Order: sequence, then C-alpha cells, then structure tokens
Amino acid sequence: MVRQVAATPPVAPRRSDRTAWVPDRAVLVRNPVLRVVVRRCVMAVPLLFVVSALTFVLVSLTPGNAAEEILGTSATPAEYAALNRALGLDLPLYEQYWNWLRHALTGNLGQSIFTGQPVTQAIGQRLPVTLSLLVGALVVSVVIGVGLGVFSALRGGAVGRAADALALVGFSLPAFWVGAELIVIFAVWRHWFPATGYVSISDSPVGWLHSLVLPVAALSLYGIASTAKQTREAMLDVLASEHIRMAWANGISPRSIVFRHALRNASMRVVTVLGLLAVGLLGGTVLVENVFALPGLGSLMVTAATQHDIPVVAGMAVYFTVIVVAINLVVDLAYVWLNPRVRVR
Amino acid sequence: MSTSVPVVDRGAKPSGGNPRFFRRLLRRPVAIVCCAYLAVLVGVAIVAPIAMPSVNSQNAGDLFGANQLPSWSHLLGTDTLGRDVLSRLLVGDRVTLVGVVEALVVVLVLAVPLGLAAGYLGGWTDRVVTWLADLTFSLPAVVIIIVVLSVFPTSMLAGMATFGVIAAPGLMRVVRSATLPIREELYIKAAEASGLSRTYILTRHILPRIAGVVIVQASLLAAVALGVQTGLAFLKLLVADPAPSWGGMVADGTSVLLLHPWLIIPPGATIAVTMLALSLLGDAVRDAAVESWSAPVRTKRAAAKAAPASAGTTPPAGALLTVQHLSVSFPGREQDVRVVEDVSFDVAAGEIVGIVGESGCGKSVTAAAIVGLLPGSGRIDGGSIWFGGKDLARASEAELRKVRGRTIAFVSQEPMVSLDPAYRVGFQIEEALRRHRGLSRAAARDRALELLRDMHFVDPGAVARRYPHELSGGMAQRVAIARALAGEPELLIADEPTTALDVTVQAEILELIRELQMTRQMAVLVVTHDWGVVADLCDRVVVMYAGQIVERSDVQSIFDTPLHPYTEGLLASNPHLEPEAATLPMIPGTVPPPGSWPAGCRFSARCRYAVAACAELEVAIEAPYQGHETRCIRYGQLIKA
Repeated sequence: MVRQVAATPPVAPRRSDRTAWVPDRAVLVRNPVLRVVVRRCVMAVPLLFVVSALTFVLVSLTPGNAAEEILGTSATPAEYAALNRALGLDLPLYEQYWNWLRHALTGNLGQSIFTGQPVTQAIGQRLPVTLSLLVGALVVSVVIGVGLGVFSALRGGAVGRAADALALVGFSLPAFWVGAELIVIFAVWRHWFPATGYVSISDSPVGWLHSLVLPVAALSLYGIASTAKQTREAMLDVLASEHIRMAWANGISPRSIVFRHALRNASMRVVTVLGLLAVGLLGGTVLVENVFALPGLGSLMVTAATQHDIPVVAGMAVYFTVIVVAINLVVDLAYVWLNPRVRVR
Repeated sequence: MSTSVPVVDRGAKPSGGNPRFFRRLLRRPVAIVCCAYLAVLVGVAIVAPIAMPSVNSQNAGDLFGANQLPSWSHLLGTDTLGRDVLSRLLVGDRVTLVGVVEALVVVLVLAVPLGLAAGYLGGWTDRVVTWLADLTFSLPAVVIIIVVLSVFPTSMLAGMATFGVIAAPGLMRVVRSATLPIREELYIKAAEASGLSRTYILTRHILPRIAGVVIVQASLLAAVALGVQTGLAFLKLLVADPAPSWGGMVADGTSVLLLHPWLIIPPGATIAVTMLALSLLGDAVRDAAVESWSAPVRTKRAAAKAAPASAGTTPPAGALLTVQHLSVSFPGREQDVRVVEDVSFDVAAGEIVGIVGESGCGKSVTAAAIVGLLPGSGRIDGGSIWFGGKDLARASEAELRKVRGRTIAFVSQEPMVSLDPAYRVGFQIEEALRRHRGLSRAAARDRALELLRDMHFVDPGAVARRYPHELSGGMAQRVAIARALAGEPELLIADEPTTALDVTVQAEILELIRELQMTRQMAVLVVTHDWGVVADLCDRVVVMYAGQIVERSDVQSIFDTPLHPYTEGLLASNPHLEPEAATLPMIPGTVPPPGSWPAGCRFSARCRYAVAACAELEVAIEAPYQGHETRCIRYGQLIKA
C-alpha cells in the first residue's frame, strides 16, 4: 500500500550522504561493517521509543475506548469503570506507557485486551506469513527486475521499449487489484492455485509454496517494475561512463564489461533503493493479505487498530519498526560489500 | 591574458517552469495525452458530484437490477446493490484526486524548503535535516498511517497528510542533492558576494534550477499517492460507505469476486490508467527537462559503423597506421553534423606522433574513431583507417574487439575515472592480461606486478591491492598505462594523457611514455593541446583546426617555421616557449563549432594574414617542403615574417 518513493531517481550514493548524520564520526568505529551495524542499532533505539510512544498517544486520542468495544453499549458506567481499572486503562497515559515500556524491555509486550493472548504470541503466529510474503516478493522482484533492467539497458530499440512498457504497466497496476484478478484467473477459472488461505511451511512445504504463489506474484509486480526501472537507468548511466569506455577501448570482453564492471557499479545504486522498495512491499503485504485472506500481521494490524487494542497495536509498531531497521541494515551491509569506497582500509 | 574575468551572472537558468520548457513538453504527444486525460479527471471531479448529488448517499439502487453486465442503460453495469457503476466511478473521482492533492501539498510544503535549506546552508542544518530524513525512512509507514486512521476514522486528510509527512524525506533528499552542486556554482558565489539575501538567492536563483527535478518527482509522487489512496480506500479505512471511491469499489467487487468478476474491472482499470498517465507524464517532463540524451547502446555500434568508404581498398605499405580521408559525423537536430573532415596522417612503427589543436577541433574524436569508440551516436562516414592490413573504419565490432587492447591500446585524459571504482587495480590489469595473453590467474598476477614495476611503482604488490579511489591522479594514470600495455600493443593512443594532472606529475608520465616507447618499440599517437608535450615527446605533429588538418610536419621544422597561421598563433600563445613574456598573445575569437564552418579557409576569420581569396575557395593541402605540409594559400607570408 505504501508505495514509498522508490520511483525517485536514485540519489547518487555519495559517501557524504550516507555518513553525514553520524554524530560520532570522531569516536570512530573503523571497521565499516561494525560501523553500519552500530549505526543502525543506535538509531533503532530512539526509533522504537518514538514509534511506541506515538502509538500510545494516538490510540489514546481515539474516541471510544476498549472497554466500550468489549462490553458493547448496554453496560452500566460502573461496569465500564471496573473493566477499565482491570485493564489499567484508568491510569494516566504516561503511566500506562511506562508500565508497557518496563515490561517491553524484558520482552513482555503485554496481552491483547480482547483475546487475552500474549502479544508476542499473537504476533509470532502471524509473523511467518508476512515474512514469507515479504521475502518471497523481494527475491522475485530482484531476480526478475534486475534481469529485465539489464536486458532492456543492453537492447535499445523495440525490445528495450517493450521491457520499459512492461515495467510501466507493472508500476501502474495496484497490487490488491492484481491479486483479485489473479484469483479470478488462476484459482476460479483454472484451478491451479488456492484462492485464499495459508499453509504453514511446517505442515507442508509444497502446500506452503502453493499458497504463496499468487500473493507473491501480486505483490512482486510493483517490485519487479520499479527494480527493472532502477536497474535500467543505473546500467545506462554506468555504461556511458568513462571507465566502461576505457574498458571497451582496451579490449575487455563484452561479457565482463556488462556483468562485472557495469552491473557491479549499477547494483550499488539499485541496492540503495531496495531498502525503500522493501518498506513499500511491507506496506503492500497489508493489502495482499486482505485480498488472499492470509492470517498475517496486516490483518491483525487493521483489526487491532479499529478495536483500540493498545498492547497489540504498540507491539505491532515495535515489530514493524524492527523489520524496517533490519531491512535497512541488510541494505547498508550490501552497500558496504559492493562499494569499496565506503570501506576503510 | 585578459586581466579581469568579468563575472557573468548567468542568471537563473531554469530547467522547468519557463515557457520554452512547456513548449518542449507539449511537443511530446505522450505528454499531451496524459495532460488531457488528467484535465478530464479534474473536470469530472468538479462536475460529477454536483451533477449526480444522490450518488454519494445512495445505499442501494434497483435491487432487482443488481450485478448487471454493461448495457445501454448502465454503460458499466450495476453493482451488488444495483447501483450504476459508471456514476459511482465518476463521483468517486473527486475523493481520489483530493486525496492525491492533499498528500502532494504536504510533501511539497515540507520537502522543498527543507531540502533547499539542507543543500544550501549545509552544516548543522544539513545534519539535522538529513538525520530526520533517515529516521523517517526507518519508520514503518503502514503502521503509522493505520494508527492515525484509527484515531481519525475515515478522515482522508489525516491519512493522506500522514502519508505526505512520511514520503517527504524522499523528495527532500532529491532536492538537497540537486541543490548541492548549484551552491558551488560561480554565479551563486557572485550573487552572495554582491550581498543578495539568502532568501532571494534561494527563491530566485536556486529554486528555478531545481524546478524541473521537483516537477518530475511530484508527478511520480502523485502516482504513489494515488496508490496509497486507493489502497487505503480498498481497506475501507479512508472513505465511509456508501460514498464511492475507486479503491472501495474494488473492495466491494472483491467480496463477490467468485460470482461477479466483472465488478473489479472498471475501478481497477481506471486506477491503472490514471497511475500510468501520472508516471508517463513524469517521464515526459524529465525527458523534456534534460533534452533527451540517451547513453549509447554499445551493441548497436556494429550496425552504425557500416560506413561508405570513399578511399582505396588496398592497404598502403609502410606505415603502421594510415588514416586516409577520415570523416566523422554526429546526428544533429535536422541533419548530420560533421566534426572531422578528410583527415589523413600516418604513424610509423615505433614513432610518436602528436595531434595538436584547441578544444573542439576534432582531435579526440579522431583518436576515438581509430578504435571505433565514438561517443554517443557518432559514426565514421568516409575514409579509411588502415592498421595491420585491415580497414578499421569498415571492420565489424568483432574484428575491432580483436584489435582493441591487443594491438592498439588506449589511455584517456581522466585517469581517476578510467578505472572501474569497484575493483582492485591489480585485478583490472590481470583481467586484461588473461584476456589478451591467455594467462592463468597466477601467471597474470605475476605479470601484473611486473607491469606495475615497469611503471616505476616501488611496491607493486601494495598498489595492486588498492582501489582506484585510493590512488593519486598520477598513480592512476600509470596504472591505466599498465593495463593498456597488458596486450603488448604496437600502438598506444594517449588522449591528453597529462591534461588532468599536476605539472610535476605530467613530466613523470611523459618520461614514462617515452621510456616505454623506446624499450618496447611501440608507436604512440598522442592527442594534446600542450606544445610542451609535443616538444618533449613527439617525432611528428599533425595540427587540427575545425575538423581539418591544417599542418603536418616533423617537430623540428614546425617549431622553427610554422607554415600555417593557426600553428603560428598557437605557438605564440604557448606559455612554455615564452617564459618571460608578461602577456601572452592570444588568437582572437574561438573555434567555430561543427556545422557552422565557414566556406574557404576555416581559420580565415581569425587570421591576421587573411585576404579576400582565403574565404572564397576550399583550401587544399600543399607541401612546400618535403614532409612539411600546410593548408594555407598565404604560407609564403609566414616564411617572410
């Protein structure tokens, strides 16, 4: 859903850009891998704090409260008050938050107000679904998108334009609609894949794959399109650069020029936008889970938010933030691995 | 040299937002179609809810006529509650567009000023803004928007504004990195020096320059916002039933998907077409802003090279390289533009030949043409390049590949960017060795170290392990030469090999080239505008002006008695030869650009010997002395003078 700004032409990955904010450059962690890990982890702390606090404030602003949702409208005021007290909802907000935070630090994210299920458990059950979807879509996007982008950069003319058109169409079709159409075609018309539902990988790996094909396809279309576009532009830029011209002039083999010299340099730029893409796809999972009735985090999120189930919503915020931080960490590490210029010797 | 360099305020050079830009944009049919479509959408958004006021509150239509396929009375059919799909689609247009506009406004209001400030002011402002942006990038956008929407149920403004806040850092970064280079430009410095306020500079000088980028990003962001708006509407979080929205209509259709698959088609297609229009428009704006320059597609080169050759078909004897009547053209707006015309010269084995001239004379193009690597879509459209019994001007790409690096090697003027930044330099030399000499990995490694030692590196092993960015310019050039020599070429083409280097390093590189030429008996073709290089290095010289050769000679006689006024002028303005002169004489005027070469002698407008006859007829090349030729009818004047 949240198609992040992955469509922006890549911001030139300059060293200054990526390290400019680091306040402790002088304190120097010299190992670049360590530096990236430390930086992301240090950043995660205020993030988790801000996101969870924000969630508490926002949810508390909501008209109506959990007690009303649970008891309905027919209960007496005394019953509401009792339930509020039992749930700790009568305390001032900062105290509620402080209580939550104390427990969160020990790994206890509380219980759902509605089901009484521990939040970590509720999320843990659904996390594999969302992660399967996200990782599957990312892998498909990168493999097909990069392939398509390289192909279209090398073949100008009609073939290149066809690949571009494909990318443009993929970019324009909303994932939830593509999902619905895929169900019509591949589940209703041809009974190739199940229309809805999820099979756990521990129950049946084949069934798991089978249940993921359509959702991943629906989610990846956008990823393929944007990766292809980024790859194509990065490849064209690199192919026009002086070091590639000199590689041609000195008789380096075409295969090495394209797949070693051009692709390696282009991939640095593609990787920097993959982080944004992953965050965008994470948003997309909410929609796709809705279409395919997958029991993932997205559906939990939507229900919990509409029911004012503060512990669940706050727990979700923590998990999503950790996922995004992890994605960014992986992207940063990939970037360090690809680009010798950010490596300190 | 002129004493004062006038600071020219180039003024705002808008890349977007000016009438010329819009005219350029409207020349593109795609842009017109997209704009027209979007204009229709806006029109519908204004009119439809007024014309069909009941649709927004219509809970049910004709329940007996529900789920109809398209017909004359219901052009797009009816939904499960019997409501007309077309009118819901039209009325739903408004909420969709309003949502997109809300998000866009928030993004622009936040991103443009912050990005400008970060890019222009730098320092702490930059740090803080960039840090905030980084933080926002790590936010799980979905969670936040959904939470916000649970607080403000079905509030479009809240949802889309939140999206705007989260999306703003993306645009902010783009604005920032577009501003950074502009800040360094001379006219901005001049504006600062003349005491203009920062606000004035930002709004009058910098903002117009980045307007193009912002417009492109805005239209792409609009597409993204549309995706978000319809997605949230699909989750029924944004628009309260029964009011129609495109995303909501897809959701309604999805709930009866198995029975009535038609229902999701009209809203889905409308969303897709609108997204398509927005992204196509963004692309068109960008293309119009950068005046479509596309990188050359290398694989097409072979086809583009099939040149009509006018010269003979037998290889001339004697020289290693013989260029005959070479002409090179680039495709222009209306017709092809010649940049090199009728150039002939030869290079004997083991000889060093220089090509000299001002910028824009066609020297580098001539050098690039020899190895078939003309920039952009340039092509050889006449003449021949004989080398090793083959005409390279008509050789296929495959044949050229056998020549490049193996018998002709190339060194460029930008050593720092001529090596791949992602690989260790040792690896890059090894790669050439393995390709050209068929060496094993280990043998290539040893040979690479040897080559580096030949380049006078004291510790070749350490150099080989470095990346290009860890080398100085002079070191990088020596590495580039080492790679060029990997195939043991018979001819080394050096395109301004010292131009980008410090003066002290220049001498080292020249010394190295001379030494390599002596020890390896390798011929060198060196392109330069520096007479010092010619004097140091060359046996013979070719002087080029406006795409033509104007003089050809051995080094000694050209320094003694130049036979072309252009050569004479160049020599007179050479700082190496007149160390004590307080002011260097300069040739007035500039080289006429390709495509506007005058008839007759191309130098006549700048020549102090010119007479009326000079501008009348094409001047042929003459040889007053053995081995010393000139393209001048008045060379007699030079000898007298």
